[in-house]
Amino acid sequence: MSDLALALRRLGGTVTGGVARLGYMARFLGAILWQTPMAFRRLHLTVREIYFSGVLSLVIILMSGLFVGMVLALQGYEVLQRYGAQEQLGLVVALSLVRELAPVIGGLLFASRAGSAITAEIGLMKATEQLSAMEMMAVDPIARVVAPRFWAGVVSMPLLAALFSAFGIFGGYLIGVRMIEIDAGAFWGQMQAGVKVWPDITNGVIKSIVFGAAVSLIAVLEGYDAKPTAEGVSSATTRTVVISSLAILALDFVLTAFMFRGVGL
Amino acid sequence: MWVVRVTAAASPQTSTPACPTENAVVLDAVTYGYDPRRPVLRGIDMTIPRGKVVAIMGGSGCGKTTILRLIGGQLQPQAGRVLVAGESVPDMDRDALYAMRRKIGMLFQFGALFTDLNVFENIAFTLREHTNLPDELIRDLVLMKLNAVGLRGTAHLEPAELSGGMARRVALARAIALDPMLVLYDEPFAGLDPISLGVVGQLIRELNDALGITSVVVTHDVYESLKIVDYLYFVSEGKIVASGTPDEVRASSDPFVRQFVDGQPDGPVRFHYPAPPYHKALLADVE
Amino acid sequence: MNRAAIDLWVGVFVAVGLGAILFLALKVGNLLTLDRTPSYRVEASFDNIGGLKLRSPVKAAGVVVGRVESIKLDPKTYAAVVTMRIDRDYSFSKDTIASINTSGLLGEVYIGLDAGGDTAMLNDGDHIAKTQSAVVIEKLISQFLFDKASQGGAGK
Repeated sequence: MSDLALALRRLGGTVTGGVARLGYMARFLGAILWQTPMAFRRLHLTVREIYFSGVLSLVIILMSGLFVGMVLALQGYEVLQRYGAQEQLGLVVALSLVRELAPVIGGLLFASRAGSAITAEIGLMKATEQLSAMEMMAVDPIARVVAPRFWAGVVSMPLLAALFSAFGIFGGYLIGVRMIEIDAGAFWGQMQAGVKVWPDITNGVIKSIVFGAAVSLIAVLEGYDAKPTAEGVSSATTRTVVISSLAILALDFVLTAFMFRGVGL
Repeated sequence: MWVVRVTAAASPQTSTPACPTENAVVLDAVTYGYDPRRPVLRGIDMTIPRGKVVAIMGGSGCGKTTILRLIGGQLQPQAGRVLVAGESVPDMDRDALYAMRRKIGMLFQFGALFTDLNVFENIAFTLREHTNLPDELIRDLVLMKLNAVGLRGTAHLEPAELSGGMARRVALARAIALDPMLVLYDEPFAGLDPISLGVVGQLIRELNDALGITSVVVTHDVYESLKIVDYLYFVSEGKIVASGTPDEVRASSDPFVRQFVDGQPDGPVRFHYPAPPYHKALLADVE
Repeated sequence: MNRAAIDLWVGVFVAVGLGAILFLALKVGNLLTLDRTPSYRVEASFDNIGGLKLRSPVKAAGVVVGRVESIKLDPKTYAAVVTMRIDRDYSFSKDTIASINTSGLLGEVYIGLDAGGDTAMLNDGDHIAKTQSAVVIEKLISQFLFDKASQGGAGK
């Protein structure tokens, strides 16, 4: 068989494989949702996972938010002042963060820090037969191990994204008002006039919730499905980060196109 | 010397965990393969009477652990019946399966303790999940189980802080936490020092007799097994090739049993993996 | 980490996170205080509302006193009927003029209120009689060209 035909065959296989995986993912999500009430009966499990996913991600999120906000202010100022529109800097920084950068960059950071940790943890539990042991003790591992981690991600992401935005705006303020010495009143005033709760902030929050769900689902799925060897766990962890990142960017495009189509309200 | 006295005080529950049927586990012409075209087990017949300790022995990869998984309902046989306490396991729905699993304890190879919980919480796990007992009662039960395996002082340690033998014993305490009627042991002797071997072996026997449970031990440790079990099955290439009481096995003239028990390098289980003739391989041109 | 410490940190995290969301909504966005303060409804009809949108501000002397609540077309008169909500702290006379303005040449469109001298004040549900429609640039330009053309023709 010619190389081209072989390559096409492989491509077709990958596509069908990907679609099948999507279906499997949907079924897995269904299982998680089904087990959710039982998982919440042990609320402290979810609280514990919020600590490990959310609280421990704070440092990287806040620092990144600060730096991104500062860079936005620098770059934004450089461009705006060509048109004499420096006063709009606050608006530019705030809108960029709240609409796009906080959910997306926050999501990518969350995927690489918390998502990979979740995958590794679940994969390791599988490799050391802890999940099997749980099954044999008549406790569904999805209710006890998977669902709390999933919901912890869904809850943590919007909070982390909001903190990213807040610190980013503060960073923008530091550079814009303190360093470049734009008028503070103009900075905040233009921001408040231009950033609207609906659609800007609400859509930003919706995006971060969707990204949180996507990253968490991929992370728990890859961990649950990992081959129970050291190599299997490590490749599952890598896959989590890669697939989550791609999913975030793709979903971002879809959501943005849908949300900000006819803005001008 | 051996001072652990496992008494009925280790199980204060008055509900009898004993098996209702004559035979705790019955395997009838069971066939199974992870790949259906290449079965690992071919027509296995096994009867495990209640109250006895039965060992399943064989070389690595011969399907011993698969048998345990079939008993526990984690796998479905492609043919044959698996009965636990008279009920067919593959036919059970999810609720029935979970109800049955609450009456089975399993000791996994290397323990499989939950690494995010300490020793106390590991043992309390099933108690918390399946009962509504108050905390004081749970504490008492956990300490009793730990005492039965001689590790009451480790209650506050993390699994990572335990040695292999200790982890195995904690896992044993966890397996009997709900006073099961049947306990499955997956290679309980693997990788242990001689003292721990002796300890675990004695525990298996004494707990079995004191709690009135049935024990199935998958292992290839001949010496320990012959000391403690009531009956042995030998599995090779998917079939039961021999079985008997420890005395019968020691006196057996079956070539497989002899090779296994005496540890001979060659016999029915060949030393050489199948390969082309040696002189041909040496004389062949280098590729 | 014992459970009490974890609970504490998670509580702090959730509180701070919600606080950040609140901060964004209130200080960064413009979650309207007017939504919470009592207000009354007033209607006005315009021939052309130009770029006026829902939630556009209603200003008097440049101060925001209300928001546009709804914009509809009157099927009989084909005029735009705008309903606006005005903060109860401010009363306007019945002969107030409502006009549609643009802040700056290309800025946002708003309704400007010029109070009159009438002693009677507008109440909830009242209709503003005098209105001034939006200035549409194209009409202005064509008007200008038309005037210029007719002037030039007359002059010749």
